[in-house]
Amino acid sequence: MIRMLVPLGIFLALVIMLVAGLDTAEERKLVASPLIDKPVPEFTLPGLFDSNAERSSSDFLGQPWILNVWGSWCWACRVEHPFVERLGREAGIPLVGFNWKDERTDALEWLDRYGDAWTAHVVDFEGRSAIDLGVYGAPETFLIDHRGIIRHKHIGPIDQTVFDDLMRRIMALRSETEAS
Amino acid sequence: MTRTNPLTCSTALSRAASVPIVLALILVSSLSWASAIEPYDFANDVEEARFQALSKELRCTVCQNQSLADSDAPLAQDLRRELYEMIRAGRADMEIRQFMVDRYGEFVLYRPPIASHTLLLWAGPFIMLVIGIGIGLFTIKRRRQAL
Repeated sequence: MIRMLVPLGIFLALVIMLVAGLDTAEERKLVASPLIDKPVPEFTLPGLFDSNAERSSSDFLGQPWILNVWGSWCWACRVEHPFVERLGREAGIPLVGFNWKDERTDALEWLDRYGDAWTAHVVDFEGRSAIDLGVYGAPETFLIDHRGIIRHKHIGPIDQTVFDDLMRRIMALRSETEAS
Repeated sequence: MTRTNPLTCSTALSRAASVPIVLALILVSSLSWASAIEPYDFANDVEEARFQALSKELRCTVCQNQSLADSDAPLAQDLRRELYEMIRAGRADMEIRQFMVDRYGEFVLYRPPIASHTLLLWAGPFIMLVIGIGIGLFTIKRRRQAL
């Protein structure tokens, strides 16, 4: 009798494992960046308002900074925008908008409509620097420390929970900078 | 809005608008219609074959169940361009794979490397086979004894 229950037991164990797997299905889609704790890949990119106003990743050395990947085509960027605006106001460090695979006119129109939350802008219409950064979705938010090391990356829109988490990390990076 | 969302997942198949075109494509070539590949000029057949092989074994991180060869997502197009340029520049397959892994992680490899953390993945089926044979032999032996 007990021996006949063994296959049933195995079956139930399998069902439990598969159901438990459903919970983490969304998480598994997120690819952990191999760039965490590595130097931010060097880039020099044109500005958004003025394409001659180039900015380099090395311009921001000496203080922590935020790199926020967005595009006018990206609906989730509209969703996170209020929180990006709060980051710009409350984080107290440079918040660089990285406009990815967009058109200048579309991006400028978007800023007119939804507001400019960033303290600096770079554009990567061709997506070459974005590949170096391992960007595969937007929005993406990188936290970079004062030595130019990528310390954290968030993929997907920022909501209240993510915002609180980012602010905690930013404060830690700021005090790290002061201590050094 | 002139740009397509780079995160759009569509296959070459879903883009093809009309059935006659699709049928014609099947007739013309069953190979070329499976990939959404831009016409790139290669110096020789070896380079082209390497491009085809690599774009099939690298995963598109946007459309995660498609390879770079299958995906029509704009990011996949960018990565194919990168792949093409690296092949033209004479970079080795291993270097190109490493380039992708450095940026997107081992997840981009459809064929994971054999390493300590993937040992169970590679050895797993063989371990299961050995266990299965073991149980089989054990059962047969016991039944023989029972006779």
